[in-house]
This record gives sequence, C-alpha cells and structure tokens, in this order.
Amino acid sequence: MNVLTDAAVEKALEQKMTEVDHKMIGQDVSVYYGEKRALFDVNLNVRKNTVTALIGPSGCGKSTFLRCLNRMNDTIDGCRVTGKITLDGLDIYDPSIDVVELRARVGMVFQKPNPFPKSIYENIAYGPRIHGLARSKADLDQIVESSLQKAGLWNEAKDRLQESGTGLSGGQQQRLCIARAIAVSPEVILMDEPCSALDPIATAKVEELIHELRTNFTIVIVTHSMQQAARVSQRTAMFHLGLLVEENDTDKMFTNPDDQRTQDYIMGRFG
Amino acid sequence: MTDFTVETIGKPALINRARIERRNASERRFRRLGVVAVAIGVLALVVLMTSIFTGGLSAFRQTYISLDIFLDPARLDKDGTRDPDAIAKISTFGYAPLIEKALVDAMAAKGVAVDGLNAKSAAEMVSKEAPADLRRYVLADPSVIGQTVRFDLLAGGRIDGYYKGRVSMASAQLDRNVSPEQLMLADKLREAGILTTKFNWGFFTAPDASDTRPEAAGLGVAIIGSAYMMLIVLVLSLPLGVAASIYLEEFAPQNRFTDLIEVNIANLAAVPSIVFGILGLAVLINFVGLPQSAPIVGGLVLTLMTLPTIIIATRASLKAVPPSIRDAALGVGASKMQATFHHVLPLAMPGIMTGTIIGLARALGETAPLLLIGMVAFVREFPAGPPEGFFDPASALPVQVYNWTQRGDPAFIERASGAIIVLLVFLLAMNIIAVVLRRRFERRW
Repeated sequence: MNVLTDAAVEKALEQKMTEVDHKMIGQDVSVYYGEKRALFDVNLNVRKNTVTALIGPSGCGKSTFLRCLNRMNDTIDGCRVTGKITLDGLDIYDPSIDVVELRARVGMVFQKPNPFPKSIYENIAYGPRIHGLARSKADLDQIVESSLQKAGLWNEAKDRLQESGTGLSGGQQQRLCIARAIAVSPEVILMDEPCSALDPIATAKVEELIHELRTNFTIVIVTHSMQQAARVSQRTAMFHLGLLVEENDTDKMFTNPDDQRTQDYIMGRFG
Repeated sequence: MTDFTVETIGKPALINRARIERRNASERRFRRLGVVAVAIGVLALVVLMTSIFTGGLSAFRQTYISLDIFLDPARLDKDGTRDPDAIAKISTFGYAPLIEKALVDAMAAKGVAVDGLNAKSAAEMVSKEAPADLRRYVLADPSVIGQTVRFDLLAGGRIDGYYKGRVSMASAQLDRNVSPEQLMLADKLREAGILTTKFNWGFFTAPDASDTRPEAAGLGVAIIGSAYMMLIVLVLSLPLGVAASIYLEEFAPQNRFTDLIEVNIANLAAVPSIVFGILGLAVLINFVGLPQSAPIVGGLVLTLMTLPTIIIATRASLKAVPPSIRDAALGVGASKMQATFHHVLPLAMPGIMTGTIIGLARALGETAPLLLIGMVAFVREFPAGPPEGFFDPASALPVQVYNWTQRGDPAFIERASGAIIVLLVFLLAMNIIAVVLRRRFERRW
C-alpha cells in the first residue's frame, strides 16, 4: 500500500468511499513521542455504524491510533501527529478545528472506569451542561435518563441518581462512563480496552451494550482479547510494531487472514 | 530413603533456627530503639509544656482591688462645664488622689489597718496604670463625673506576684518597690474581700505596658497585628500560590525554564526567614517607602515566605489527583480549563487548604523577619481598623514573646509564658482544622 503515490491513494480512497460509508478516514498517520516513532503511515478507515476492533500485542500502537481519533494525544507532552485524519471529510488536525468540539463529537471510554467522584446524575449531566445541550432542568433530566437507558444502567441506577458514581460496582461504573460519553450525543465512541478491568459477567454486559450502540453510533474499540474482538466487531484491524498489518472483515480476519503475522497472532504464536 | 529425607529436612532447619533467631533479635532491637526515640521525644515535649504551663498559666489570673471611687467634680471638672477639652486637661495625677481616698475610705469602713503604713504607701499597692484606666473611663463618658462608681483596679505587679509566689515577705524586705507592710495589708484586704484574683481579660485586650507596669501588659496590639498579617498573607498568598501551582502543574510546558522555576521555588522554601526580613527592610521599607512596624510590611514579607509552602503543597495535591479524572473530563469535551476548575481543583482542595493552613501557622509563629522590619517596637496605640490599620504600627505575638523575655521584671517572664500559651493555642487550633479538613475530605475516588 505504501508504494502507491498520493494521487493513487486518493483515488483508491474515493473509490472506497462510494462503496461504503466511512465515518473517519486515517491517511498516512504517523505518531512520534519525542524522538520515538510509535506509528508508521497507518491508513485505516472507520465505517459508519460499525464496530471496528483494533487488536495487536502490547505497545503495537493501537491505543495510540485510537487516541489520535479524538486528539487525546494532544495532552501528552512531546507527542506529534503527522498525516491526515478526517471526520465526515473534515480534517480534525486542521488549525481551525476546535478540539473541544471534536471531542464532543468523538467521545471516549477509558480502560479503567473513571467516573467523576460526584453523583451519578452529575456524572452524566456534566457533558451536556458544558456544551449547553439542555435548556432546562427537565431537558437535562431527560438526557440523563435516556443516556442511562441506552447504557443499560437505568434500572439499576434510577433510585440512586444522587449517590456517588464511585459507589457503583466496576461494571456499573464502566457503563456509567459509557452513558456519560453517550450523553453529549457523539457520532463516534472510542473505547480503549473498556473491559480489561471487569469480570466476565460485567464484560458480557458491556459487550452486549456495544452491540446495541452500533445502531446509533460508530464505535472503535481497542482490545487485548481476540474473543472480544470476534464477538463485538464487524471490522478488525491488526497492528504490529506501529504498523497496520491487516484490516479486514472480522469474520475473515479470524478464519482466513491475509497476513501471516495476523495468523500467528491469532493462533497465539506471539503477543 | 527415610533417613535421607530426615537428614535433608532436619539440617537446613537447624541452620534456619539460628538465622531466624538473629533476625528476630535484630527486629526486637530495632523496635526497642524506636520506642526509646519516641519516649525521648515525648519526654522533651512534656518537659517543655510543663515549664511553659507552670510559668505561664498564672498570666491568665490577675489580682484586682475593688473600690468605690467618687469621681469628684471639684477635682475633675472645676468649672462645672463638663467640657470634654477641659476634662482632658486633667492628667493621671489628678486621678491618683481619688483612688487613694477611695482606698482609705474602704479600709476605714472594713476596719483594716496595718501599723506603720501611711495612706500614700497603701495607695502605691494599686498599679500605676490604674489612674490612666480611670481617666480613660471618664473621658469616654464625662457624665459619670459626680457619681460613685465601683472599679476593679489592677493591683501592682509585686502585690500580684505575692499571690503567684514570685514575691515573699523576705524578698519584700530587700525590694524597693514593695514593703512587707504592704503585703500584710494586701492579706488583710483579701480577707475583707476588697482584693480579689480574677480571670485576666486585660491580657487579651490591653496593649503592651512599660517596664514598671507588668501587671498592665497585654497582648491586644500583638493579637491584632498578627491577625492583620495573617489576613494579608491569606488574601495574597492563597490566590497567588494556587494560580501559580495550577499553571505550573496543568498548563505550563515541561522545559528548562519551568524546571528552573521549580528548583527555585523549592529553594525559596528553604531560605532562612531572616533573609526575607532583610528583603522587606531593603525593598519594602527603604525603597518602596512603606512605614516601619506596619502589618502591611510584615504581611508582605510573610507572604513571600508562605508562597513556596503553598505552591509546593498545592502542586503535590494537584499531582495526587489521578490523571484518569482529567482524561474523563477531556473525553466528554471539556476544555483544559474546565477540566481543571470543575474536576481537578475541587478534588485537590483539601490538600490545598491543609497546605495553606500549615503555611499560615508557620507564618504566625515567625519572629526573625519581623524583628528586622521594626515590629519589635514598643506599641501602645491600637492600630485602626482594616485597611488603614495595615499601615499603623503594631506588634505580633511571637515578637511580643521575644520582647517580654528581654525585660527585667520577673513578672514579664510570666507574661511571656502566657503569650506562648496563647500562640500555641492558636497554632494548635489551626493544625487541628488542617487535620480535620484532611480527614473529612480524604480522597474518595
């Protein structure tokens, strides 16, 4: 892919665009942490209303790529991103783009559940409030309720909205974080190993939730668990040593991958 | 086979027993050392506290002589005009005879007398401060002239000392300021209920007094001076320190320059306090031209001293807020400033408060820099209310302690110890608040 000229890449991309609806397009994305290069010219597209799983061994750059998609890497000192990433055709690294606005459109759920040490209600109401999404208290109540419902937490939390979010169990906390991300009505939700700190039952619930969210949101999920990638995603991208090794339909990826390295990783020969 | 097993298991066990023994012994030794170290510390504290409290608690009690004083118009207002200016012309010498007469009358009424003690010597038992107190009372409300008013007059320092064990009959014989006859009279007055010992409110409200009147010396000006300075320190150093810390911790890029600032702040915290005093003297007083002995200068100097403490404490508590909270806020589209002020700062607040209070407590007890900027001066005038009062001469609690320990009269030693107790109570209260805050808002994430 790298041997193609820019023009050819453009053309190929345009062709692809007509085939499927791409929400985000990453083009020759490279990331440097100071002198160290963490990503090498990654070309990866994210399809709309699809769950895209990023897999690969530790340190392969999958989280780095994920964090490029809503510019969370900006917060890291000495981190530099080259290449182009677009959201609905809009270059998100363009100077005219407001990063706060971007993060409202591209939400994020983190590895460890990180609710604010405030009430469940406040956790969810915070985002809509700072973005001015609710005109009245009733609006806000409505957003909180629907977000909790979409995150499948409403039944468990409706009687304890004023209790601290940190008092929930780990799985509930993570679903609260998902509800919090949903509350600002993003278009894309990035999930950085959202289940790695959860037990199998909580994991199952979150995976089920991801399945349901696909109808309304575009989801990119980083995961260490191959089974999880197979269960929740439709597209899978395999990273290795900062390179995008292969991107394919999940079914094909786990049965008949094109690349030998993907095969080896999935078979557990390294990683 | 069996023998072999026993041998191999048994042998290491024997070696181990000796090693375990040694290990346990060294642990016991270490524990004993720890207990001894703590005991020495506690003992030192107990000795210190005992010496301060035995010497200082008596400062909170004071001997008074209660007399019905006729405020004679013939002496205080000869014209009968009640003109405040005319009354103000009567000095304290005009009031002393009133007290003497009241004492003689009271003694006659109760039938109290001591051979060889004339009325003048008896009146000398009353503090020299008493006529001044009486004059202030009359000037405040001239309409009391002509009335008979009951007063609790301060007894002289030696009479007071007699009841606190500083003065005895034997020492009075050698003392020019008090005679054994006066002490005998004091005992009789005490029996008659005229001379009493009461709680010493004057210790908190009265200003400092001259060397010859230890009984009248109080902490009023020092407490106000210290309060003014703490106010200035709090108002200046808290916002400045917190703003600087937030910028350095959350916004500033990590480079050589910010590293340099960091090192300098750490160094500033370790600079001897007297250096700040010299700075205050050279810059604030000599260059800027601020008045000497003023709380504003003391407050500014102590602010400089407190800033590094607050900055270091604030940065530490900002650092202690987990990065996941910042990520969470940024993840829902909060700006960096919103993330900091809505989430990070509230979580760091208990730590900031604790650091600030401890910094303030340190500033409250600081003496050296205040000596250099002239706060050691003898100040009897109360400073005005804030903010004008910030520019009036004042004293400060620790400096007052230092000041009193320099005086000759042993009554001042008692006052100094009492002032230390007041200072310690303030410090203790501040530290307790800090501990309570820390406990109350312990991290909850």
